[in-house]
Amino acid sequence: MKISALLASPSELTDTASSKCAVVLMTRIRLARNLAGHSFPGWCKEAQREAVLERCREALGAAAPMKRSVNVPVSELTELQKQILVERHLISRELSGSKHGGGLVINRDQTCSVMINEEDHLRIQVLRAGFQLKKAWSQIDSLDTELEGRLDYAFDPALGYLTACPTNLGTGMRASAMMHLPALVISSQMEKVVRAVNQLGMVVRGLFGEGSDASGSIFQISNQTTLGESEEAILKRLGSVLQSIIEHELNAREKLLEADAAKLFDKIGRAYGILQNCHQLSSSEAMNLLSLLRLGIDLGLFPETTRALTDRLFIEAQPGHVQAAARNELDSSQRDALRADNIRTEFAAIARPDFSLHQKS
Amino acid sequence: MASSLKCDLCGKSATVHLTQIVNGKMHKVDLCEACAQAKGVTDPGGFSLADLLLKASLNPEETTLGTECPTCGFKPSDFKKLGRFGCPQCYRTFEGMVSPMLDNMHKGTRHVGKVPHQAIERRTLIERVTELEGALAAAIKTERYEDAARLRDELVQARLAASTSAAQSAGARATPARS
Repeated sequence: MKISALLASPSELTDTASSKCAVVLMTRIRLARNLAGHSFPGWCKEAQREAVLERCREALGAAAPMKRSVNVPVSELTELQKQILVERHLISRELSGSKHGGGLVINRDQTCSVMINEEDHLRIQVLRAGFQLKKAWSQIDSLDTELEGRLDYAFDPALGYLTACPTNLGTGMRASAMMHLPALVISSQMEKVVRAVNQLGMVVRGLFGEGSDASGSIFQISNQTTLGESEEAILKRLGSVLQSIIEHELNAREKLLEADAAKLFDKIGRAYGILQNCHQLSSSEAMNLLSLLRLGIDLGLFPETTRALTDRLFIEAQPGHVQAAARNELDSSQRDALRADNIRTEFAAIARPDFSLHQKS
Repeated sequence: MASSLKCDLCGKSATVHLTQIVNGKMHKVDLCEACAQAKGVTDPGGFSLADLLLKASLNPEETTLGTECPTCGFKPSDFKKLGRFGCPQCYRTFEGMVSPMLDNMHKGTRHVGKVPHQAIERRTLIERVTELEGALAAAIKTERYEDAARLRDELVQARLAASTSAAQSAGARATPARS
């Protein structure tokens, strides 16, 4: 499969209507794996990196779950293609910047992507819309087992899977959920939540990982430690932390409605107005407005069918996706205009919010 | 009384005293102004890593600090720069440096999760062949022909097992990558 065809075809994130969960946008699990007898990518000579790339691409090409996938060296991708892949959370910024020996294998429905020669030889990732820790784990576990039949993984009985950074030793597993937490943000409780989550051994990051901001009130929550606990135990612990964050978010929404519904509805109504009428829209403003709209859907102000649209626009409002939809290269203000055009068109048919449901009570 | 506390790194009198609780264990570090600056301890965000690195260098098993990984040429000073190791073998080479780091870093210090059984079995079979080849050569050299006959039979079995296992992965590798 060609990368251009892949980017144009339906993907788990942009075309799924199945994300029923109000708070968790998507679930991801990644495994860090390395080949025995080879230096880690960051300490490797170029020739050795190329050799690892070939071995891994062959093994992945032969693995049943990755049949008919895109399987390319990073050097064959354009800057724009790489940016789109980053925006879809299929590759990291680090891999997109790699010069030699980087590779990438992505399956057709874009639920599974494998980065070759990023920080580790292999970074296997499974991504699922909604709250799907178990499903994601069983998918990644079986691909990993199949790969292990073809590749000699670096493994130590005491330290587990050996990784370039000791923070990934053991299971090499990082599981995360992308959570939409607008009410916790509006009621200024995020700092408290972050602190509590940290104490439970989990990490909170922005939308695009380390150092990114949390525009759109979207946060990534993942396990911090990988050694000394089985995959199942980590997932169980993470699952219960996520569950309690969901409860806190839902409580915060109830409280906001009780305390000052008008203020909240005003925010959502204004967001709707802007999305329907804007002519200049930056990606971070788009994220914040879409976030309020999604909150409106959760509160029943908009029909449930609008959810797939907002979730798709979270991705399509990103700069790379806007650029990809244009014929020629745009500067940032032209992008803001095109983004506004696209979103205005999408929202033209969306009915006004129905506040009556809440006014009765 | 401040003079009684010495910098853990250089021995000058310490003015920065840090206490951090990680996984329910208390860790104390005393530093002089200069070392605290140098280690980035004054930046709260960067402290955790600094703590890890400090603990590693304070480890009495300083013997490992002069060594170099025989497999990849990695040195402990490279870890301080990069925060990552050079190759899987480094974890053996720098064991003395790794184990104190792990105390603070993870929930436990021993792996309890998934094990790559197929990969391990494959490697064990290949090691077994090498071992038997050595033993057979030694037996012939010392004219222990009964032993040699037994070792030869075992070697045939082991080679067969290893080649079946290798053929599986070689077969996998021979399939061209799709794009």
